Amino acid sequence: MEYFAIIIGAIFVNNIVLAQFLGICPYIGVSAKVSTSVGMSGAVLFVMTLATIVTFLIYNYVLEPFNITYLQTISYILVISSLVQMVEIILKKVSPELYQALGIFLPLITTNCAIMGVALLTIQNEFTLLQGVVFAISHAAGFALAIILFAGIREHMELMDLPKAMRGAPAALVVAGILALAFMGFAGLV
Amino acid sequence: MKQWKNFTKGFIKDNPVYILLLGLCPALGVTTSAFNGLGMGLATTFVLLGSNTVVSIIKNLIPNKVRIPSFIVVIASFVTIVQLTMEAYMPDLFESLGLFIPLIVVNCLVMGRAEAFASKNNIGSSIVDAMGMGLGFTLALTMLGGVREILGAYSIFGIQLIPGVTDGMLVFVLAPGAFIGMGYLIILFNYLKKKTA
Repeated sequence: MEYFAIIIGAIFVNNIVLAQFLGICPYIGVSAKVSTSVGMSGAVLFVMTLATIVTFLIYNYVLEPFNITYLQTISYILVISSLVQMVEIILKKVSPELYQALGIFLPLITTNCAIMGVALLTIQNEFTLLQGVVFAISHAAGFALAIILFAGIREHMELMDLPKAMRGAPAALVVAGILALAFMGFAGLV
Repeated sequence: MKQWKNFTKGFIKDNPVYILLLGLCPALGVTTSAFNGLGMGLATTFVLLGSNTVVSIIKNLIPNKVRIPSFIVVIASFVTIVQLTMEAYMPDLFESLGLFIPLIVVNCLVMGRAEAFASKNNIGSSIVDAMGMGLGFTLALTMLGGVREILGAYSIFGIQLIPGVTDGMLVFVLAPGAFIGMGYLIILFNYLKKKTA
């Protein structure tokens, strides 16, 4: 039941993009086509889960015992960026197909605040490791849901006759706003 | 004259948020009121100033291959300074900005200026650049916060505009209002850019 609440809460109620404003850069940047947004969602799922596990272990077994939690920000960002590099190298060797699919999105993820945000939230909510993993996976699913829906809408918007000033980013943001309005309907579900 | 241009480019012509579309997460996330926008803007300006200064000082000492991780460490140190100082002296603001303070470290604006400007220019220009860009970012956040506060709560910086009326269009304080407000402010800035160019 507790896991159910975490999952529904992360995917719908507190959707990472539309309610918590994390990961807006890829959300606006790579959402022009459904296929690229699927690739991005895959990369986010992969890195977010790994990063949450690693940062959880670092916080609980290194930072806290040595009483140096003020190094949280520095250590997290270093761990996440090296993790991304490592994942990239390993994927290239072990699974070239997956690397082909996720490849170009991986370097972009280092500066994706969603990854760091979820890692920080896991600590803030005092989750256990398993809860943290479920939390990360459902946040990634929420990201996938939001970006794929948005990309679908944007593909159709290509054909619309918008006023010149609205084209591009402004229209995308207003659509994202309406999508956020729709997601507010989930508020109070858990 | 050159420095003046360098300083003012961040306001309209290269406004980090509305023209370059950098640092959108904090811009949307914290701007529920003009004051929060101002606080976040100034915190980011401080980090930008610190990181640009240090990066331009040590730019010749860092091997090219490890420059990005080195920049990240410099930025993260200044973020930690802001985080601890704000928690000690402005706990209310710290509470309302929440997660977005540590997340300054992944703000593409700070990294972008370090990589694109400070690592190539001398310390004087880097400081001017950081001030200009930081204030442009602050302006952007305060404007978005102001628009949302005026429409959402009929107040600005906590001062009521219409006495006795406090419940405005709530949607502008909530998440959708951030996206919609930002969309229209981008149109305004594109127009201003065209006008001043």
